[in-house]
Amino acid sequence: MAVPRILRAAAPRLYSSLPAPVPAPAPAPAARSPGPGADDRLLTEPLSQPDFFNVKELFSLKDLFNARVHLGHKKGCRHRFMEPYIFGCRLDQDIIDLDQTMDHLQLALNFTAHIAYRKGIILFVSRNRQFCHLIESTAQECGEYAHTRYWQGGLLTNAPIQFGSGVRLPDLLIFLSSLNNVFEPHVAIRDAAKMNIPTVGVVDTNCNPCLITYPIPGNDDSPTAMELYCKLFKMTIIRAKDYRKQREVFHELQSKAEGN
Amino acid sequence: MRPPSACSARGCAHQRPSAAPLTPPRPSRSALAQRRAAPSLPALIATHRAGAAPALPANRGRRAFLGPCGAEPGAAVMAAAMRRLLRAGGRRGAALVVAAGGARSQTLRLIYTTTAAWKKNVAASGPEKYTEAFIKKQIEEFNLGKRHLANMMGEDPETFTQEDIDRAIAYLFPSGLFDKRARPMMKHPTEIFPEQRKIQWGEDGRPFHFLFYTGKQSYYSLMHDTYEKLLNVQKHQDQMAAQDLPPQKEKKNLVGSRWLTKTELEEMLLEKLSDDDYSRFIQLLQKLVTSPCGNIEENYIKKFSREISAQLQKVVIEPLKHDDRGVAFSTGEGERKTSRATVIVYDNGTGKITVNGIDVLHYFPVLQDREQLLFPFQFLDRVGKHDMVCTVSGGGRSSQAGAIRLASAKALRSFVTEKEVEFMRQAGLLTVDPRVKERKKPGQEGARRKFTWKKR
Repeated sequence: MAVPRILRAAAPRLYSSLPAPVPAPAPAPAARSPGPGADDRLLTEPLSQPDFFNVKELFSLKDLFNARVHLGHKKGCRHRFMEPYIFGCRLDQDIIDLDQTMDHLQLALNFTAHIAYRKGIILFVSRNRQFCHLIESTAQECGEYAHTRYWQGGLLTNAPIQFGSGVRLPDLLIFLSSLNNVFEPHVAIRDAAKMNIPTVGVVDTNCNPCLITYPIPGNDDSPTAMELYCKLFKMTIIRAKDYRKQREVFHELQSKAEGN
Repeated sequence: MRPPSACSARGCAHQRPSAAPLTPPRPSRSALAQRRAAPSLPALIATHRAGAAPALPANRGRRAFLGPCGAEPGAAVMAAAMRRLLRAGGRRGAALVVAAGGARSQTLRLIYTTTAAWKKNVAASGPEKYTEAFIKKQIEEFNLGKRHLANMMGEDPETFTQEDIDRAIAYLFPSGLFDKRARPMMKHPTEIFPEQRKIQWGEDGRPFHFLFYTGKQSYYSLMHDTYEKLLNVQKHQDQMAAQDLPPQKEKKNLVGSRWLTKTELEEMLLEKLSDDDYSRFIQLLQKLVTSPCGNIEENYIKKFSREISAQLQKVVIEPLKHDDRGVAFSTGEGERKTSRATVIVYDNGTGKITVNGIDVLHYFPVLQDREQLLFPFQFLDRVGKHDMVCTVSGGGRSSQAGAIRLASAKALRSFVTEKEVEFMRQAGLLTVDPRVKERKKPGQEGARRKFTWKKR
């Protein structure tokens, strides 16, 4: 019985005219697919442990504190749904609970790593002009995609018309700032929820964490915090991709040995 | 027994008593999938079982039918039944008939789909896109065809140029059509198929460009690169400031250059831009250029600027010529309305003017015209010092006079200092009068005059 695979499960939502995926191994540009048995092993192996890619070691509470991740906005800007994540309020400024942030960050990075391991498309989204260049460079360096510009309405919901039929939608959206320039929730959060695309998002004290699958309560305005997030995501993605390549080579060698 | 044509629209597996024993049909999603993948082709039937005959694409995709299945009697009966079915069931929906089963046993299952599922949405598909493989094939065919054409015309295939091709095609396929673009042509595929974006993603579906999902990848990538250059410049500036070196004062001279126009930028990026996008890009470039250490990125900026060719053509005043008697003379040409005049002005004269071989008093009886002729000389205080020989044609008396006036003023430039030429220019003596007769418009009596307005 086919193991529930994230990408295959997500396939029906693609309103593209790609032929329905025949049970062949995942699209491998190096057409030396290990074979259906090895494919199963490839995909089930990381699911054996909760933190398979050991993302916990990439950050510590001290790092988060030094990067000013705990600093939120003023009390007046507080969003009601962010109250569980707020540690307290000092001189009218909200302080985010870094213990919770650690847990959420670990979950989010772990999820990202799994998506990257399964060769999913990751899209970094942010509407903060200050960090637009940083985020685009980060995406370029880890081989993924970025969208820090004006969001055209039908990008996710009307993709076959806008891009041409057969387009593949992103498998994960990472919001490094979940508000747009008018301080409203980014349209992509709602669209991703409509298209069944999981989202990871950094939510500040004035953001709505509702529709985001893996919210990360934290500061999204300081340059140090943004650089930290970019660094963490880049490291996880590269780590997961390298591991995947390693396993593919290993399985290929194994199948060759078995064949001989 | 109910006739096959009365089968319900839900589409049921229709079994005829005389048919071979049934085997459960394999759900061939590939048939539907293939149809979706190639929307322009009519519905195909894919049969994977050995022995089943491949389907033939039918009339315009309305319905699909199975061709002659084979020599087996059972199969023939099935085929006949199906044909009757399809002819009778002429509803809007297309009937996709899937044949499954082995060589012996064939089951027919009627699956109804709506036109919306397989009709091509022409409006939404946008301009036709060509894959790279298609273009390559076209180029190969073109080259092959070129050689054949050369052989046909009895010429050397190696040295057969595009002009030869055009001549050959015009000879072989003479066309009386007026529009050149409607005539038969044989050109290189890159000229026929517009330069456009090829498919932007690979086999695995991953787009090639990291900004693909923005929709305007080339434009935003350009903005990204330009901003990076700006950051470089600012970093360089900071380094210079840290080392207490003065910032470079030499500014690039922007006078003789202009930025790319919006259409030029669109051609470069192969993408449509909005005015706002374009202005933002130009603002970014300006910022880059005007920043103190902007000279580092000169090469990058040069890609987006163009030279403006010299706008003013310096008018060359011809020097004086001397005829065989040693008298200095100069020629000038002038026009006014439909008159054209050429004039030769001689020095050391008495003010004698000849027009078309006739004396000026006889040619221009009206004082007004003679005054026009006199004006340039009067302006320069050279009345009676020059002789003039003119030839004039076209127009009426007033316009001929104006033409000669302009011609004589142009000729007099050679006799006079530059300052006086400037005075003449400011007086309007050297400007061609642009006024011509305005055309008559339909619905009006003349150019401006309307027909008489009648209340009833």
